[in-house]
Amino acid sequence: MCRPAFYTIAYEINPWMHLARQANHPRALQQWNQLYQTLTKTLRVRVSLMPPQPRVPDLVFTANAGLVVGRAFICSNFRHPQRRREEPILERQFRGMGYRVVRLPRRFNFEGEGDALWVGQTLVFGFRFRSDAQAHVQLSRLLKARVLPVELTDRRFYHLDTCFCPLDGQTVLWFPKAFDRYGRKVIEGLAINCVAVSERDAVRFACNAIVIGRAIVLQAGVSSALRRALARRGFRVYPVDLGEFLKAGGSAKCLVLRLPEDSTLKKSHAR
Amino acid sequence: MVSELIQVRGHIIDSLILPKILDEIMDLNGTFEIIELAVGKRKTDPSTARLRLAAPSQRQLDVILARLARLGASPVHHVDARLMRATKSGVFPRAFYSTTNLPTEVRHRGVWRRVQQIEMDCGIVVSRTAGQARCTPMTNIRKGNWVVCGHAGIRVTPLERARVPQVFQFMGSAVSSEKPKTQLIHRLAQEMRVMRRTSRKILVVAGPAVIHTGSGPYLERLIKAGYVQALFAGNGLATHDIESALYGTSLGVYLDRGTPAQDGHDHHMRAINTIRSVGGIRQAVRRGLLTKGVMHACVKHRVPFVLAGSVRDDGPLPDTITDTLKAQEAMRKQLRGIGMALMIASTLHAIATGNMLSATVKTICVDINAAVVTKLADRGTFQGIGIVSDSESFLRELVRALHV
Repeated sequence: MCRPAFYTIAYEINPWMHLARQANHPRALQQWNQLYQTLTKTLRVRVSLMPPQPRVPDLVFTANAGLVVGRAFICSNFRHPQRRREEPILERQFRGMGYRVVRLPRRFNFEGEGDALWVGQTLVFGFRFRSDAQAHVQLSRLLKARVLPVELTDRRFYHLDTCFCPLDGQTVLWFPKAFDRYGRKVIEGLAINCVAVSERDAVRFACNAIVIGRAIVLQAGVSSALRRALARRGFRVYPVDLGEFLKAGGSAKCLVLRLPEDSTLKKSHAR
Repeated sequence: MVSELIQVRGHIIDSLILPKILDEIMDLNGTFEIIELAVGKRKTDPSTARLRLAAPSQRQLDVILARLARLGASPVHHVDARLMRATKSGVFPRAFYSTTNLPTEVRHRGVWRRVQQIEMDCGIVVSRTAGQARCTPMTNIRKGNWVVCGHAGIRVTPLERARVPQVFQFMGSAVSSEKPKTQLIHRLAQEMRVMRRTSRKILVVAGPAVIHTGSGPYLERLIKAGYVQALFAGNGLATHDIESALYGTSLGVYLDRGTPAQDGHDHHMRAINTIRSVGGIRQAVRRGLLTKGVMHACVKHRVPFVLAGSVRDDGPLPDTITDTLKAQEAMRKQLRGIGMALMIASTLHAIATGNMLSATVKTICVDINAAVVTKLADRGTFQGIGIVSDSESFLRELVRALHV
């Protein structure tokens, strides 16, 4: 994660961002802290922190930093120049943490875990608004896994993690309208249980959830119907208000990047 | 039909990307033929598909390719245009690509570049350093020029058919003396007003009949009102226009009376002689010797003119370019920025100009002889209309429609 010391709305690169609707900085810090506490204290997750930097306000959305696989960090190739500034920072950070930095060919846009989510042994790869379909071929080779490219069709849900969330190997949380009939068929074929969210919940970024075992951390304010559906399947919901980050088109999931367990890495300390 | 070989790789079957691609091709009015499909054996293996994609036009093909590119499919042959050096000045390499008058692009170092100053029946020279592609007539080829050869890496864009019915579409390029002329001329006037408002240039190509029939004054009015940005003509038009300014006659016939003048047949020789004695048309205007007429209006209103000579010329006037290649060059120079060409009562100059025009220029050909109009239409000028009419009634009506 990355503390939002320099978080602000500095540009408009997705339909949620409006320069006229600025983030309230103290509230953003407070909300982020609440997420951090929920993860570290309540759910006892080990969180590494990377230092925030000025002039890269979206660095806080670490889900887009890249994709971590074993000891390798596949760094993102950001579509927008405003976020491309984050790339050298991310490379330095992950190299310092002991990862091998891998880059995909520059001509393919790839925005990390924001567009690439595992369902069992298959990586679902969302493309169109940020990541390019062709990047999936390289990813597949690097990961030695099946990577299924799925087209995103609703501009509001511009990253896969805004409309799709694997809950466990068989269950996914998703907003079907963000996909076309091909995408829906693929996802329905992949997951045994599909929990569809309503449009109202989708625009509250209900699908942008962090899943830790049976615990789900997501944006506060989702419908009780959704909470009941998740509870029925044995999930515990931990709502956190991340309203200041919704202003940039992100919520819980966008603010974290998974670092899979690897004992060969040198230890990093939570600060 | 145009086609392109494309390929797509990856997990295209499980992800339904391949069926989606095939559906999209059909939805966009294309067709496909699967040339090769290699399915990965293990779940983690990628598959590859190669298709021959075909579409009714280059434009449609480009639309489909753009859509498919988003899905990860790309053309197989990323071919650049083939370039060969000219071994002799004024001679193309044997396999040179001969241009059409349609907007054309060539692919060089992976980038599509628009061919500058496109004109039919020329070659394309690519500057390898600047990466520019220029349409070049045969006579302008220098030894060592890199010339586009063959057909690979060349993209020609057919002209879009406008959805809004315009005067040009309305008439098509059918030629007939039996079309409602007044309506046509009024719509043409409208087009000309739009051209002038949007600072686009109008070229007039005129033959000596314009003067003989007494419609010189109408052309003069058009020039004065700013509707003419360039004039192409021959020695004949200029001579008889000057004759009419100096003597009131054209070919010795009084324009206001229609009766021949005494010794009128040598008026035009005297007119030419006068201009030759002062060095040229501009000099004659400056000296106050030439005080009216079409050529005078051109000089006064700074409208560039090109007088291209021919074997039948008397004199000629000092301004007439007798070297045909030089005349062509001078014409080409004036064609930059031309949006409309009005060709009136001239066979030779109309066809010469028509050969040089890009297909995007709106051309109007007015001639009393239907054959001339047909000939120009057959040249493949897409946005052209023909009007069979004598120049006097046409220009009179046009001037009235334009209120000048």
